[in-house]
Amino acid sequence: MITLIKRPQPSKLWTFATPVLAVAITMVLGGLLFALMGKDPFEAIRTIFWDPLFHEQFAAYSRPQLLVKAGPLILIAIGLSLGFKAGIWNIGAEGQYIMGALAGAATGLALYPMDAWFIFPLMVIAGALGGFLWAMIPALLKTRFNTNEILVSLMLVYVAEQLLASASLSWLRNPEGNGFPGSRNLSKIEAMSNPELFAGTGVHWGVVAALAAVIAAYVLINKHMLGFQIKLSGESSRAAGFAGVNSARLILFCLGTAGALAGLAGLFEVTGPAGQVSIDFNAGYGFTAIIVAFLGRLHPIGILFAGLLLALTFIGGELAQFMLGLPSASIQVFQGMLLMTLLAMDIFVNYRVVWTSREVAQ
Amino acid sequence: MFKTLLATTALALGLAGAALADDEKTKVGFVYVGPVNDGGWTQGHDHGRKMLEEHFGDTVETVFVENVPEGPDAERVMTQMALTGTDLIFTTSFGFMDPTINVAEKFPDVKFEHATGYKTADNVGTYSARFYEGRAIQGHIAGKMTKSNIVGYIASVPIPEVVRGINSAYIHAQKVNPDVEFKVIWIFEWMNPAKEADAAKALIEQGADVILQHTDSTAPLAAAQEAGGVIGFGQASDMYEYAPSPRVSSIIDNWAPYYIARTQAVMDGTWESAMTWDGISTGMVGIGEITDAVPADVKAEAEAMRDEIAAGTYHPFTGPLNKQDGTPWLAEGEVADDGTLAGMSFFVEGLTGDIPQ
Amino acid sequence: MNFGGIDPVILLASLMVASTPILLAALGEMVVEKSGVLNLGVEGMMITGAVCGFIASVESGSPLVGFIAAAAGGALLAMLFALLTQVFQSTQVPSGLALTLVGVGLASFLGQNYVGVKSPLTTKMPIPLLEDIPVLGPILFRHDAMVYFSLFAVVVVWAVLKFTRAGLILRAVGENHTAAHALGYKVRRVRVLAIGFGGAMAGLGGAYISLIRVPQWTDGITAGIGWIALAIVVFASWKAPRVLIGAYLFGGITVLQLNLQAAGAKVPVELLSMSPFLATIVVLVVISARSKGAAGGPAMLGRIFQAR
Repeated sequence: MITLIKRPQPSKLWTFATPVLAVAITMVLGGLLFALMGKDPFEAIRTIFWDPLFHEQFAAYSRPQLLVKAGPLILIAIGLSLGFKAGIWNIGAEGQYIMGALAGAATGLALYPMDAWFIFPLMVIAGALGGFLWAMIPALLKTRFNTNEILVSLMLVYVAEQLLASASLSWLRNPEGNGFPGSRNLSKIEAMSNPELFAGTGVHWGVVAALAAVIAAYVLINKHMLGFQIKLSGESSRAAGFAGVNSARLILFCLGTAGALAGLAGLFEVTGPAGQVSIDFNAGYGFTAIIVAFLGRLHPIGILFAGLLLALTFIGGELAQFMLGLPSASIQVFQGMLLMTLLAMDIFVNYRVVWTSREVAQ
Repeated sequence: MFKTLLATTALALGLAGAALADDEKTKVGFVYVGPVNDGGWTQGHDHGRKMLEEHFGDTVETVFVENVPEGPDAERVMTQMALTGTDLIFTTSFGFMDPTINVAEKFPDVKFEHATGYKTADNVGTYSARFYEGRAIQGHIAGKMTKSNIVGYIASVPIPEVVRGINSAYIHAQKVNPDVEFKVIWIFEWMNPAKEADAAKALIEQGADVILQHTDSTAPLAAAQEAGGVIGFGQASDMYEYAPSPRVSSIIDNWAPYYIARTQAVMDGTWESAMTWDGISTGMVGIGEITDAVPADVKAEAEAMRDEIAAGTYHPFTGPLNKQDGTPWLAEGEVADDGTLAGMSFFVEGLTGDIPQ
Repeated sequence: MNFGGIDPVILLASLMVASTPILLAALGEMVVEKSGVLNLGVEGMMITGAVCGFIASVESGSPLVGFIAAAAGGALLAMLFALLTQVFQSTQVPSGLALTLVGVGLASFLGQNYVGVKSPLTTKMPIPLLEDIPVLGPILFRHDAMVYFSLFAVVVVWAVLKFTRAGLILRAVGENHTAAHALGYKVRRVRVLAIGFGGAMAGLGGAYISLIRVPQWTDGITAGIGWIALAIVVFASWKAPRVLIGAYLFGGITVLQLNLQAAGAKVPVELLSMSPFLATIVVLVVISARSKGAAGGPAMLGRIFQAR
């Protein structure tokens, strides 16, 4: 018989061991999947996990690209993790990401063709503000009416997507774009661009912001009263109430921070790697970041690694597509499996699994 | 300072790419915006890729990445392709324009071809198809065939190519049937089968008995079949499974000849940047068999128009033509220039409604 | 009757067709949420149903077999979610997202050889006598069997939840799983069954798109409808009759928008497209403001049940 005994506290050992185990198990399962498709499983796994890092032809390029791809994911996931820890479920980061990009781009383009040093900083502020305000909608509704923030934040994603569409078709449309939808290319306008800061490293302002967020979140969680309150609320909202935690303030803080960080991520993408506002600008970063937050166990350092790992599967997945002809659907299934295995292993973190033989039990 | 540094790395990267490129096989890469089995735009390009492989056999290797979003990921995918020794890269969606130019700057020895865009460089060419030539033929058939004098048009995204198509179809429908009226629905997507089905039904309910579509799924044809007495046309692929009716003809994207020619040019070392805009004459725009659901005389006229366009003796945008607001555009016998057509963002006289802005 | 070229009778009839996939999926998800589980994987289950249904229908030549396979496919995928959340005690939000990832990828895999294939057509099933009623007849009684089935399902779900013991247990589990457990109800078993039902209904909804509304198979054919189904459950404040209204309202806005365009009206497409989501938020605020404190949904929604 298998018995589950709830641990008084999540196991430290398993917290660290499970992500590693989950990756290993996913590699095996994924290998089976690839073998079933008639591909060499070892080659496939090597292409996804090893080649982007160490392949002599292109690792010099793809290694820094890990940072570019992981940057926004980490930035958003850090914000989300604070809320998730406190039991506040913001799943609308995708919308906050879009609104940050729109607010930032609109601010910059309103000043076009002015060329001044303060334009980019202004756009950064506008971006953070855009995401923040968008997140304040579920936050205020939650504190004022106790409205479910999961659902409100999700609904707002669709509203944001429609705003994005109208922006690229009309009010931010490039007047010199030959009649095509989409804004001017911000990355090509000196005053508004978010370039690579150190050549060949892939580091742009968004990556810097992501690393700063990791450190800030680490300090906040471990050294600050607010961090303690967040953890306490997540474990038991009643206990938090007795301890004098102001839950409304906590909700505003967690959602607001998540929104601002998602907005920043959007701004840095639209001025850098993406370059312009277009109908399909949002490539699902807001949702992928939820996965990153959980893969990273809601821990800042964990999220850093999880972001890099997921970025690796994206980049390795692309390589696997054109080196081995794996369909992109298989990469998607592979990522889904990775998340599922990790989630399934949560049980070892929170429970002790005890094997009891029937005889003893009787 | 950053700029010089950037240029240096770019050069280093470019050299790396070039060093790899000199093995025997010519490697051709494709970057797709959708999945290869979308049954429409991307599948058309992938068909071209397969034909390319078939044509050259062992001397050419092709690679592709599907489902690449038109955002931050495109540039990375192209760079990695270039780094792995690809000699020629086709990027097959408008949104890949700026990324293509950026990556091409870093790899002067790799050739790039961007579909449907307007920016070129020494190693970046563009290619696009004159689908409006096919639309002219569809318009002619539509004008002759409609009994309700209402033609439904399912438009995708408001870009010049789509506007051109509507204009071309309308001009030729109106020429043979002065009472014809076009009802246009914009769905703001290239492919969304469910929405296309709903749009087709809405048009049919409002009296349209001919449906033209600039979206890629067979949903409108299925709706036409269900309604009965309605005809439509295949788009992107032949959609022959709906022939002889409702599908009476089709516009087929046929990229294979172009892909083969450009790859050959790279092999011969004769590749040069160009803005290619081919139509029926080179076969880039294929006109699917006109079925017997179309009366013999209409079929003959349509085929004659097809042959004249192919021969270059007839241009679908020949004056006299006015813009929607009545201002003159082309004088008697005047032919539209490619520049105006490429950026076309106005309707011709007689069409109702606005282009969404 | 005719308003600017739009015949309201025909409009309502086609609105029902356009809304049926959302209605089926939302009804299933409502039952899942009533049991206290939030499954965000509706999109994944729908598209899996769409592809399973299409393949089975093409291979067997029978749309009925297709729909059965779609329900089975959706339910089977849902069991993966049940395994994660009910056996392994995983958090529901990321589990649902993972389910969508897997579902969408899997569907693309399975459907590779079915692009451009024609499925057998489902025939309309007008109901004798009733179809001849003026106005109502053409709106309500000249549809295919699945439209009737979806309406029937609304009644059944409503009645079961309201009047039967099974419905009572389901609601009890969703409102307070600890108390339900203390009363001797099998909380997990109830939830697994609910999740399976939700998967089957989502599968049917997906197959309605690939077999009747479109019909064809292409990657990504559900195009986000699963996410809209999630919104409707909220919009309906977890009540079956209101799910019907919500689904028809959402579907109706799409159809109306296209009809208005065809009729030559100037349509603010983006505004219309976002209006259902704004309406959902308003509804959510109203119900949570009125219930003073309670979040409006089943109290245990999204919480993990620990037996010991």
